[in-house]
Amino acid sequence: MTGAAVQISHLSKRYSDFVAVDDVSLDVAPGEFVTLLGLSGSGKTTTLMAVAGFVDLDAGRIAIDGRDIAGLPPEKRDLGVVFQNYALFPHLNVFENVAFPLRMRKWTQPAIEKAIGRVLDIVSLGHLATRRIAELSGGQQQRVALARALVFEPPVLLMDEPLGALDRSLRDQLQTEIKRIQRDLGVTVLYVTHDQEEALALSDRIAVMAEGKICQLATPDEIYENPASAFVAGFVGESNFIDVTMRGQDGPLATVAPTGIPGALFTATTSRAAAPAQAQAVMAIRPEALRLAALQDTPPCNAIPGRVALREFMGATVRLTIDTELGPMIVRDGRVSEAARFKAGDTVRLSWNERDALLFPPR
Amino acid sequence: MSARLRSAVPAALILPGFLLVAGLFVWPVAQLVATSFGDRAGALVHYVKIFTEPTYLRVVGRTLLLSAQTAMLCVLLGYPLAYQLNRAGGIGKAVILVCILIPFWTNLLVRTYGWIILLNPQGVINGVLRQLGLIEGAVPLVYNTTGVLIGMTQIMLPYMVLPLAAVMSRLDPAVMRAARSLGASPAQAFLKVYVPLTLPGVLGGFLLVFMLSLGFFVVPAILGGPRDLLLAQLIEFNINQTLNWPFAAALSTVLLAATVTLYWIGDRFFGLGRLWGAR
Ligand SMILES: Nc1ncnc2c1ncn2[C@@H]1O[C@H](COP(=O)(O)OP(=O)(O)O)[C@@H](O)[C@H]1O
Ligand SMILES: [Mg+2]
Repeated sequence: MTGAAVQISHLSKRYSDFVAVDDVSLDVAPGEFVTLLGLSGSGKTTTLMAVAGFVDLDAGRIAIDGRDIAGLPPEKRDLGVVFQNYALFPHLNVFENVAFPLRMRKWTQPAIEKAIGRVLDIVSLGHLATRRIAELSGGQQQRVALARALVFEPPVLLMDEPLGALDRSLRDQLQTEIKRIQRDLGVTVLYVTHDQEEALALSDRIAVMAEGKICQLATPDEIYENPASAFVAGFVGESNFIDVTMRGQDGPLATVAPTGIPGALFTATTSRAAAPAQAQAVMAIRPEALRLAALQDTPPCNAIPGRVALREFMGATVRLTIDTELGPMIVRDGRVSEAARFKAGDTVRLSWNERDALLFPPR
Repeated sequence: MSARLRSAVPAALILPGFLLVAGLFVWPVAQLVATSFGDRAGALVHYVKIFTEPTYLRVVGRTLLLSAQTAMLCVLLGYPLAYQLNRAGGIGKAVILVCILIPFWTNLLVRTYGWIILLNPQGVINGVLRQLGLIEGAVPLVYNTTGVLIGMTQIMLPYMVLPLAAVMSRLDPAVMRAARSLGASPAQAFLKVYVPLTLPGVLGGFLLVFMLSLGFFVVPAILGGPRDLLLAQLIEFNINQTLNWPFAAALSTVLLAATVTLYWIGDRFFGLGRLWGAR
């Protein structure tokens, strides 16, 4: 099985006067794993179901390997779909659920048995073939749904929040498995989730969606390090946001005045063309980019005093909430770092590198 | 309010209903069953009579057959109705509901005599058929089993449609989409997924209608013919005409036993109790 390319161009869908999907374009390369990541209601499912053939589009074109599939009913599109909550057939056992697409394709019984033996091994369910669906755990149902969507070797697999109903540890485990299966089979995957960690871990590229639009399409690293907007900076990973006023700009470096501290000046990085002086902006800093030190040290620039309000031990990392004149700031550092030594109540100095302070238009 | 009083209030509210059911239903039924076994000639004489004399066996057989036919017709008419009821939005849903429920709310006698106007040899249907030149004379549509079947089916239809529509509405639409995405045409998805998943509703509705039809009296009495007596009519005849109450009681007990057995089967295997939320 080899993956096919998926081209989505200028997709739009409105429900009465509500725009659910707004001019979405997305090219997925053969064998690529692309995730639609967004809050609930951002149009992810609608986009995915449009590719599957269940949404009457108002505008747009969808092509698989260059072939326009707009006119094809769902059963002729030959795409594997894993639905939210699995949508297994409760009246059939595991074997017959997985056999369903093969029976529809009129495969012979020996061919069906061979294919199912193989696919159930891939999802480690070989021993459960005769079980009823109601007798399976959530994780097992999820594997059956995956097997059923893969057994007819579709070139493209669509998955809508496949891990949404499972608990954390099971989710991590299945996440790894989904990635492994996708690599082994070379199938193209278009994946939907609202969980940013899941998206970061699984995807070759992520399309961050909000209000029916794609607001950034890039690799996980790029999205995390170079978010396109304050929204993305806050939605993918954690960020501290500081309201500022632009004072001057020299290439990517800018001087800004924080709204909360009269007279203070910080330096920060902007990817945009020069913003006019006095323009409002928001500065985003990742929790792990903030450094903590004892207050008496000589103050560098880009620093503010604060007091540790809360110290949360997270295992590998420590998360501290620092009360400052700019409001509460989150700091995250390793378990054995210098920052981890501070306790609640300590007075500290927060500082950061100008490269890690990103400027965005106000939200 | 003390905890004791708080638990006493619901109990007090249940009491009148409980007394009503116990006093006016359970007690008389127990009396009835006792009467059927209470003959001096032997406890089982009436039952032996019912199950050995061809006349009575024929009545039992005819009642079972007619009830099954009614239930079958209700399935055939009710399945598409329930399907549409579940799919239609707003106005369509209201129209279907009104068509099913107005006869349901109409007085039984009015409705049944209404059928005579439509079905009798000089009635509307025969008139239209004659006008169209399709028949000469008249098709016998009333005062026979055909008439009973028509009347019964109309009355029983809501008992099929409403529970069935409830079962259909509980079916996850994503399951039908899944079937389509896996290569099933709309017809295949319907036959391989929708029908099997709504089959418990069909069987439950079938049993419910069958059960209710077994003891039905008014419709057979008005629309039926003199030669095709049903169980309920035979009971009435033995109470009012021959005054053979123990025999009538035995017939009633047979009816009761059949109904309870069917309910048990329906509840045990097809979730009949769930159809109207009993659990
Ligand atoms: N059939 C529908 N009728 C009306 N509105 C809908 C329908 N389907 C989706 N929507 C709306 O479109 C928006 C996007 O929905 P969806 O694509 O399901 O979002 P997501 O999967 O990102 O949570 C939501 O606000 C939802 O309420
Ligand atoms: Mg969704």
